[in-house]
Amino acid sequence: MLIKQLSIFLENKRGRFTEVAKLLGEAGVNMSAFTVSENSDFGILRLIVSDTDKAIEVLQSRRYAVSVTDVVCLYCPNQPGALAKAMDIITNATIFIEYMYAFSQGDSAHVIIRPDDVEKCTEVLKENKLTLIAASDLYKL
Amino acid sequence: MIWNKTIECMRREEMQKLQSVRLKRVVEHAYHNTSFYRGRMQEMGLTPDDIESIDDITKLPFTVKQDLRDNYPFGLMAVPMSEIVRLHASSGTTGKPIVVGYTRKDLSIWSEAVARCLYAAGVTRNDAVQVSYGYGLFTGGLGLHGGVENIGGTVIPMSSGNTQKQIQLMHDFGAKALACTPSYALFLGETIKESGIPRKEFQLKIGLFGAEPWTENMRREIEESLGIKAYDIYGLTEIIGPGVGCECKCQHGTHLWEDHFLPEIIDPNTLQPVKPGEPGELVFTTLTKEGMPMIRYRTRDLTSLHYEKCDCGRTAVRMDRILGRSDDMLIIRGVNVFPSQVESVILETPEFEPHYLIIVDRVNNTDTFQIQVEVRPEYYTDEMNKILALKKKITAQIQSVIGIQPEIKIVEPHSIERSMGKAKHVIDNRKLV
Repeated sequence: MLIKQLSIFLENKRGRFTEVAKLLGEAGVNMSAFTVSENSDFGILRLIVSDTDKAIEVLQSRRYAVSVTDVVCLYCPNQPGALAKAMDIITNATIFIEYMYAFSQGDSAHVIIRPDDVEKCTEVLKENKLTLIAASDLYKL
Repeated sequence: MIWNKTIECMRREEMQKLQSVRLKRVVEHAYHNTSFYRGRMQEMGLTPDDIESIDDITKLPFTVKQDLRDNYPFGLMAVPMSEIVRLHASSGTTGKPIVVGYTRKDLSIWSEAVARCLYAAGVTRNDAVQVSYGYGLFTGGLGLHGGVENIGGTVIPMSSGNTQKQIQLMHDFGAKALACTPSYALFLGETIKESGIPRKEFQLKIGLFGAEPWTENMRREIEESLGIKAYDIYGLTEIIGPGVGCECKCQHGTHLWEDHFLPEIIDPNTLQPVKPGEPGELVFTTLTKEGMPMIRYRTRDLTSLHYEKCDCGRTAVRMDRILGRSDDMLIIRGVNVFPSQVESVILETPEFEPHYLIIVDRVNNTDTFQIQVEVRPEYYTDEMNKILALKKKITAQIQSVIGIQPEIKIVEPHSIERSMGKAKHVIDNRKLV
């Protein structure tokens, strides 16, 4: 149930994200989700794509710094309190969240979580009957 | 291996005798054949007769780079131009270039000096040497070229640039030794790795690197990346070009060929000689050059000299690594900063690539001091905190070495220009009036 997330180091310069988006587009790689964390000099573009290996190959051939991290994608009903319930479970299991990002559509919401202990987090969420999304399903959304 | 054992292992007293005879001769030559040196000496009330031995050298006036510019192009030639068989010139980034002229004998001295260097580094007549210094007005390419021919080795006259082809031919021709700038050596190492050609298919074992100052850490970096032994070869256009000295296999100081190039170390402020082993500015007097003799030429290179015999058997004086150049020194917020200090910290930090660029500017009357660095691919992560921690770490390390806080800017991989020749490590945008 683990999902491979790519992290790309980008300088805060005009057109850097545009180039990444173009490269992936030309290679026929689709982006399912992304987020950017930034400071005054640089940003880290974290993204989940339809074809991780191909994306890495294309980006590395253009000398981008790419690293791969395992993350978890949690399904939540898109309603008040649903996320709080999931977060409560994670907190009680003393799992620390490095960062997360989410997107919602109609009745459903998806939360991508980067916990400090990804194995333990998956286990705990499953034990509590929460739905995790597989990589292959995420790309179809 | 020693190319000229008689000279390179000569007893000190004998060397000093030889130097004294030659010094007297070169001073006479310069005095009688250039109005420049004659004028300088007359101003000081000196004639060639005042010079009896090398102990008298401190009586002589210094020569500086500006003197070469002022006498551009041929004012310092001590022979008729019909005797000059070759000209070289420095890049002249500031103002006029400097020009040097060689007689046929000067060229043979040069190839003798480079031959000693090649032997010191372990290159023999059975070896192919890839000369990746620039060919042309720059002394690097043709200087090494002459030395390799002199020992009977095989020259591969690549010149600089066209890195893919460099690697291809290094592989196909089985080059045993490589001569280029240390920064280009690093770049070649990187490119070989990327080329995918297995290292064991290369014959390369020896590197002779010079033309820019480099550090012990950079040596380790190059040796590891190229899988070779890396030796410092020292020289400067004004004196003859590369080959004024070279390290031997002990890698314990650069042996200077002092029967041709007499070195001194002076305090750059008082201009007085310092004690052996103490650091100061390196000064050379050419003892045998005919075309353009140099009397007490101030190199601006900061180093020290050691006269104890080396384990290799040579008695030829050993020079420490160049600590910096008295004119490379940046004064930032009143603090003296040598780019080599910044370099040594970066090279000691495994998370960073050995490439950097210092950018100095002045904003609101305060100096800004930015250092651009690249993180090595394996240290990139998805976590902002970890990258910021790296930045903090190197900021603190550089500050502890030079005393002021730099602004570290982490840039994308390969965005710092890889150099084919002398690397440009500093951009000073301050406009001082």
